[in-house]
Amino acid sequence: MTITQRINTGLKRVPAWPLYIVGPLPVIWLYYLGLTNQLGADPVKAIEQQLGLIGLQLIVAGLMITPLRRFAGLNLIKFRRAIGLLAFFYVTVHLLTWLVVDTQLDWAYIWMDIVKRPYITIGMTGFLLLLPLAVTSNNISIRRLGPATWNKLHRLTYAAALAGAVHYVWLVKGWQTEPLVYLAGIVTLLLVRIRIRSKRIVASTLKRAG
Amino acid sequence: MVYRFKTDLKYSDITPHETFVNRRQLIAGAGAAAFGSIAGPALAKIDAAKSGYSTEMEPSSFEDITTYNNFYEFGTGKSDPSSYADALTVDPWAIKIDGLVDRPGKYDLGAILKVVNMEERIYRHRCVETWSMVIPWIGFELKTVLDRVGVQSGAKYVAFETLHRPSEMTAQKRQLLDWPYREGLRLDEAMHPLTILATGLYGEEMPKQNGAPIRLVVPWKYGYKSIKSIVRITLTDKQPKTTWNEIGPDEYGFYSNVNPEVSHPRWSQATERPVGGGLFARRKPTLKFNGYEEEVASLYAGMDLVENH
Repeated sequence: MTITQRINTGLKRVPAWPLYIVGPLPVIWLYYLGLTNQLGADPVKAIEQQLGLIGLQLIVAGLMITPLRRFAGLNLIKFRRAIGLLAFFYVTVHLLTWLVVDTQLDWAYIWMDIVKRPYITIGMTGFLLLLPLAVTSNNISIRRLGPATWNKLHRLTYAAALAGAVHYVWLVKGWQTEPLVYLAGIVTLLLVRIRIRSKRIVASTLKRAG
Repeated sequence: MVYRFKTDLKYSDITPHETFVNRRQLIAGAGAAAFGSIAGPALAKIDAAKSGYSTEMEPSSFEDITTYNNFYEFGTGKSDPSSYADALTVDPWAIKIDGLVDRPGKYDLGAILKVVNMEERIYRHRCVETWSMVIPWIGFELKTVLDRVGVQSGAKYVAFETLHRPSEMTAQKRQLLDWPYREGLRLDEAMHPLTILATGLYGEEMPKQNGAPIRLVVPWKYGYKSIKSIVRITLTDKQPKTTWNEIGPDEYGFYSNVNPEVSHPRWSQATERPVGGGLFARRKPTLKFNGYEEEVASLYAGMDLVENH
């Protein structure tokens, strides 16, 4: 048995549900640090940025599951829903922190920011794209929509991931390395998908022809 | 040939090794007596006169000022400067002053500091990223230095350059900005009494992360105009290229006056968050020219401040 197979067998015994409990804990920890003045001079920005970053990292993690299975044989598919929902959770708390703690629900200011600042517009777009995905992340929705439609709908993840990365690149001053690394990583993960898909199409065409 | 300010000091008084080593005492203004004393942290105090230009606002904490700032030569994170600036050698330090001046040359910092009047200037500080602080700088008017070197009549602008030393300023090894960092002012802005060169804060010598040993402070402009760790000042007749203006002319104007009405693609400048207020600190409205409108608005009479942001 290869190492990958052994890992896959081991993972069968690992349930996905603890992710829903452990996953949100860093939010509590971050707010605790902020409230006890351990996040430096600007705790609001620190929390906001950290939450956004974790959200983006989870999106990347979610995008890696298919290529990992295809190219490395590692099967993490059963954790994908939890990872996706956690990503949505972090993006939502990131947004709520901006709305409630940062701008203190100054709606005129918020609206102006969304409309006038491209990086916020893109960030909001990313959030809105994730919304239908989060809502349909349950078995009932899969049954109701049918797997094909559900799969198509969930391709919105790709656009949301790009929106998140561009949001990050645009937000920082100058061309900083870290956001660009995320953008490059996400673009790569999406390009890999295009290759997977085209191969699949070729394969099925060949089969039919054969 | 190294030119010096006209002072009653002899050549030998200006650049001996002790001057570099004991710069702290020199700044302290303790004079000859200090040469006999032993250097120690307590001697880092700078005696400075109070100034009528100081705000009455409560200064931000020393910790906030020295651990939360931008100094991309040491990294882009807010705590990078305080983590990595230690590596910087700030003594000896000289500033090259050239261009349209009567007495160009490379001036030793110790020599410059001997001929200026140190003042404490408690200024508002407003970052383009919409956070703000109140900082008790110690420094002297830039005008003093410019007058000493003799600005020629053709000069219209002053250009500044930060040190370029990737061995110590490690983020300079990356092509993050077009190093060295450059800034510039119009001559009348440079000559304004609010414009200072600072060598300390909170009564002590300038922490390295805040731009040691000498930096510019222009309190009515966004923080990035106040260039740190200056090694060159050039008087010129053309508007100098400045680092951020080159990177994004739409976002970072040459003037960069604090202006709540001119929004930035990334940040509305209408409000600001005073740093140090904790998690629930309220934003407050940003003031035009960062609250120095009365003092500096006349510099821009008749100018379109949206066009010339």
